[in-house]
Amino acid sequence: MRTTLEWQIATIQSIQVETSTVKTFTLAVPSWMPHRAGQHYDIRLTAPDGYQAQRSYSIASEPERQGVIDLTVEWLEDGEVSSYLHEGLTTGDQLEVRGPIGGYFVWEASMNGPLLLIAGGSGIVPLMSMIRHRAKTGSQVPTRLLYSVRTPEDVIYDEELRQRPAFRDGLEIFYTFTRSQPAGWTGYARRIDRQMLSEVVEPFGKEPLVYVCGPTLLVESVANQLVQIDIPPARIRNERFGPTGGTQ
Amino acid sequence: MTDILQSDMNQALMMDGNAVAGTLSEVFAMEMTTSLAECVSCGKRSEMGGLLAFIQTPGFVLRCPACKDIVLRVVVTPDAYYLDARGALYLRLVRQ
Amino acid sequence: MANPFISKGFFGRRRQPDAADRLPPGQYLTPDFPVLSAGPTPRITLDDWTFTIGGLAREPFTWNWKEFTGLPAQTFTVDIHCVTKWSKLDTRWKGVSLELLLEHVDLDPKAGFVTATCYGGYTTNLPLPDIVNGQAFVAYEYDGQPLLPEHGGPARLVVPHLYFWKSAKWVNGLQFMEFDRRGFWESLGYHDRGDPWKEQRYQGD
Repeated sequence: MRTTLEWQIATIQSIQVETSTVKTFTLAVPSWMPHRAGQHYDIRLTAPDGYQAQRSYSIASEPERQGVIDLTVEWLEDGEVSSYLHEGLTTGDQLEVRGPIGGYFVWEASMNGPLLLIAGGSGIVPLMSMIRHRAKTGSQVPTRLLYSVRTPEDVIYDEELRQRPAFRDGLEIFYTFTRSQPAGWTGYARRIDRQMLSEVVEPFGKEPLVYVCGPTLLVESVANQLVQIDIPPARIRNERFGPTGGTQ
Repeated sequence: MTDILQSDMNQALMMDGNAVAGTLSEVFAMEMTTSLAECVSCGKRSEMGGLLAFIQTPGFVLRCPACKDIVLRVVVTPDAYYLDARGALYLRLVRQ
Repeated sequence: MANPFISKGFFGRRRQPDAADRLPPGQYLTPDFPVLSAGPTPRITLDDWTFTIGGLAREPFTWNWKEFTGLPAQTFTVDIHCVTKWSKLDTRWKGVSLELLLEHVDLDPKAGFVTATCYGGYTTNLPLPDIVNGQAFVAYEYDGQPLLPEHGGPARLVVPHLYFWKSAKWVNGLQFMEFDRRGFWESLGYHDRGDPWKEQRYQGD
């Protein structure tokens, strides 16, 4: 097993627009190795004068998809790296990357469940890798995704998420739209709270595996609420993404 | 609740050990987010991915999620890594 | 160690040509005011806040908030430079000059260094010559408003001619010493003095 990570040059194979502020970059990675769902890669940019900027981006693709990684990146208004990635990169361009990184916020089908995935905004990215990996392994582990976004237009992987519950493999998806809802919406329309969590986790009893990912303030809030509804802390994994773009 | 959530950019910028996993793997030559650290102040044992991380600073500061005291500090200079682990009673790195 | 891979079209933050002579080496201009902290924001009420000068002085001296803000204060407009490479020009502060504060104590002639202490536990060390002659102040207003907690409020040290990690947030005192004692970042590789014009970022620079 590799003990040190080396930087390598990846090539952009394709770019997919997910929402008005989110793009997925499919990168061909020369020294690709299977990652674990939930891990990330670091991207490093170097200017001609040697100035460097580096950020981490979660892998959206499943490890079963070999040779490439999907990195889904949200454009942040004062984001030095996200601006560069979003504005003007095309197929064939190269990026210096390092990974896969992370051992704490990972889920593999062998870890079983039941599985509760809680995402705020771009926090869906590593959870999507888990969902895709789960499907590829044929796992039937009961899984619920609770996905909090501001508006329907902010849902990342919208098409794919609509289709997945129809596969009837034990995955259910709950959305909560905190600012504006689709026409005729009867589902959740507020920030995640203790009541919502109790309802969503109800069939899973007290021992689900829980993964929470998104802006720090959402993760902090949900973490407190999970404790309040008696989910054992040892069953909870968090990944904080820092501040989100455009919260104000 | 909204006012509290929006008033502290410092907290909004806080991350966790996952965000510094790459640098930790440089310092320790291995994946560190599942390594355990026991907090000297309160005794809580956390996986390093679960430590709170302040990364906007001149160096990284990892804090205990329970008592918020410092567990680990890392500075990366052009020539060296500086590591202060006095906030951890021990670090437990799993042999591969 | 030169990195051969250059990212196509990436220039990062740019040095403004007309500000070039005001930027120390290696610094970039920012219009924002980034929040950089080593920990959660300490929450101190003004009722609890105190500021103490002590250490190598005949007697320590302590002010409470009312007394401190009752001292003659000045407005300062200064450039600030962070060791993480951002600089911000013409920042406006209101506060009390350290000169004035030092008039309230009788410093031992052996005192050559000072440690700034803070709510939350942060410390930084400074040579005495760098905090006298109007080079340092304790600020409680920024840009005409009370200093926000995330930027160091109720009060912070401002020493603009040194890297901004020396401008300790949530400052609550100054301890004078004969010998230098490394503070929070200085004990982990950062420079004891931190002059941005000499690029004194790290120990040994």
